[in-house]
Amino acid sequence: MVHLTDMLQVMRGSPAYDVVIIGSGAGGGTAAHVLTRQGVKVALIEAGPMLNPARDYKEHKTPADYPHRGAGDHAESYLGRKDFGFFGAPNGYWEMDDEPYTVAEGSEFRWFRSRIVGGRTNHYGRISLRFADYDFKPRAFDGLGFDWPITYDDVAPYYDKVEDFIGICGSREGLRTAPDGRFLPPPALRVHEHLVQKSCAQLKIPCIPSRMAILTKPLNGRPACHYCGECGRGCMTASNYSSSQVQIFPAMKTGRLTVIPNAMARELITGGDGTVKAVSYIDKTTRQEKQIRCRVVVVAASACESARLLLNSKAPGHANGLANSSGVVGRYLTDTVGYGLSGYIPALAGMPKHDTDGYAGGHVYVPWWQLDKKNKEFPRGYHIEVGGGYGMPMVGSFNSICRSHEGYGAGLKKAILDGYGCTVGFAGRGEMIPNEQSYCEIDPTVVDRWGIPVLRFHFQWSEYERKQVGHMHETFASIIEGMGGRVLGNRKPEDPGAAISTPGAIIHELGTVRMGSDTKTSALNQYSQAHDVKNLFVADAAPFVSNPDKNPTLTICALSWRTSDYIAEEMRKGNL
Amino acid sequence: MSDIQRRDILRSAAIATALGQLTPASAQHVHQQAGEAKQANAGRYQPKLFNEQDYKTVTRLADLIMPPEGAAPGGAAAGAPEFIDLLCSGADRLAQTWLGGLAWLNSASLKRYETSFLEARPEQQTALLDLIAYRKNETPELAPGIRFFDWARRMVVDAYFTSPAGVKAIGFQGNVGMQTFQVPVEAINYALERSPFQRKP
Repeated sequence: MVHLTDMLQVMRGSPAYDVVIIGSGAGGGTAAHVLTRQGVKVALIEAGPMLNPARDYKEHKTPADYPHRGAGDHAESYLGRKDFGFFGAPNGYWEMDDEPYTVAEGSEFRWFRSRIVGGRTNHYGRISLRFADYDFKPRAFDGLGFDWPITYDDVAPYYDKVEDFIGICGSREGLRTAPDGRFLPPPALRVHEHLVQKSCAQLKIPCIPSRMAILTKPLNGRPACHYCGECGRGCMTASNYSSSQVQIFPAMKTGRLTVIPNAMARELITGGDGTVKAVSYIDKTTRQEKQIRCRVVVVAASACESARLLLNSKAPGHANGLANSSGVVGRYLTDTVGYGLSGYIPALAGMPKHDTDGYAGGHVYVPWWQLDKKNKEFPRGYHIEVGGGYGMPMVGSFNSICRSHEGYGAGLKKAILDGYGCTVGFAGRGEMIPNEQSYCEIDPTVVDRWGIPVLRFHFQWSEYERKQVGHMHETFASIIEGMGGRVLGNRKPEDPGAAISTPGAIIHELGTVRMGSDTKTSALNQYSQAHDVKNLFVADAAPFVSNPDKNPTLTICALSWRTSDYIAEEMRKGNL
Repeated sequence: MSDIQRRDILRSAAIATALGQLTPASAQHVHQQAGEAKQANAGRYQPKLFNEQDYKTVTRLADLIMPPEGAAPGGAAAGAPEFIDLLCSGADRLAQTWLGGLAWLNSASLKRYETSFLEARPEQQTALLDLIAYRKNETPELAPGIRFFDWARRMVVDAYFTSPAGVKAIGFQGNVGMQTFQVPVEAINYALERSPFQRKP
């Protein structure tokens, strides 16, 4: 019989770390940056490989640089991709053969995972919106959902620190729904964005420069954006924020950060006193089981992955998982409400061609504008993202015109040429209110390739979210028609709410290890420290109590910074 | 990879280097990749999946879907046949679609014109495509052809517009460095004049 200790390569001889961080995205990267700057010795484990931007980013490539034109060696673009696209920053997956998940009957959920140093921050949209004051106290505001144990004023100093460090461009507008930050100047607007802004003005809808984690001026040793328009592929010059390039690589240079790639966390190991003593993980390259000892652990594996790790960390005294005496771990899962509509804009037809790349994504956006309107059918707001311009022709770029025009030959070609750059798209991103039907739990029968029990998802949108989508449809159509355009697709759908995004598809899943002041209804305190386990912290979007109409990344960074300051201070005081 | 494409890559790398935004190491990497791609593409493409007849049929379809205009290449010269053969050789489901579709096209041509699609006269070829290029023509007989042509059209269009010839035809001018993002005033005025929002004089 093989003894357990022979199978385990416990790193007893290796240096113990002050802090072990699990996950290297926005939360883990910020924690690594803040802690190492304060002299803390940190190990960071990441379930994917090390990132090499020069090798891994396809920033300035074109489809013609590859015989498969970016469709993939196995025609993935045509047959359904499991990943984020050939040109996208690497190792983001909708489906992973070796790491499955299950979805309960009657539910739908898509779970995006990123497996590489930097995680999703290598590709994300860089949209960087502060939560508003009422976003932290939604129940006090309209009686629905739950309040955070902190206020905007608690987080504001950390928004300042994050913005000063990573660099956000935007403009000061003085809107309650879109609190101003410390902004670098915004870039010029594209032609269609001028039209959108004027159409919005007619409708009395604010349309303002986007707030993006993109440098329009050099900052902290990083050069300004060179406007190649492909931020989602990863930026070789680190002119946009990624935790890998902006936080982790510099932290490694301090000598206080050890990154352990290809390390999939299995379980948090607790001692007799109930605190975490070590992190157990499997080395994916050798399939060897390892443990790493620590004084403090920061779990930042992404909201659902962090919940999974806690739920899988079962031991006498915490049979329902670690930090879960409240039973809320995995509960109150939310995603952003998504809906999109495009329009054909005749004013753009025949316009002199020019380079519209800019930075990736709209240079303008619409923050929520109906906060004080009481007679809505839905309680919470959304923001609008704007797309358009002369994009790089890619595999699939002209699918919809092929579908609508049909035919072939010179007529089809002319339709494609004439329509190029004349479409403007609108994407709504709205707030979902947490509900009891949406959660993740451990599937009792399925494990992944590493032997780790997988998640099973349950998810339901409510009428609040579906009604919000109906409002999005009417608003987008009005903006399109106001600029002289024609809605592409059904102008008067019978049930616009039916076109709501698939749960998980917007990749803003959060709330699964929420913070709170009541230990019976929350897992973490206001510093994202577990009520039950004083040396366990969570630093991704799992601690979020609400999922406002603002993309979560900036708030993940701010809260992780706040948590990391607290950890460093508590270590100095000898409390950790 | 054509020389023109290679020059494009080198140019964009050179711009990024000049702006101080690419390290010498990554610039070198881009140059090396372009060189390797050029070597890999040396010589004429040898089909991996299609036999000679099928490959010629794909080539013909490519030029029917995206026709050459004067000296400007059509779908065939833009690389659609290589692209389609390569992808089919790496994906059984796609190979099935194309092999089945090409065989259907030949049998439909034989029934109508007593000759293969490739040997049929140009007006016979277009008469057959006119049937299968539109969903409204769907009958039990034509349905498989319509389904196949949907794939053929998509993939030829993709191959054409991602080729240097297609990029030139459509007028894409991006993927180059800019110090400050600028939008031509004449473009803004052009759109404003044609929009419900008149340009201020």
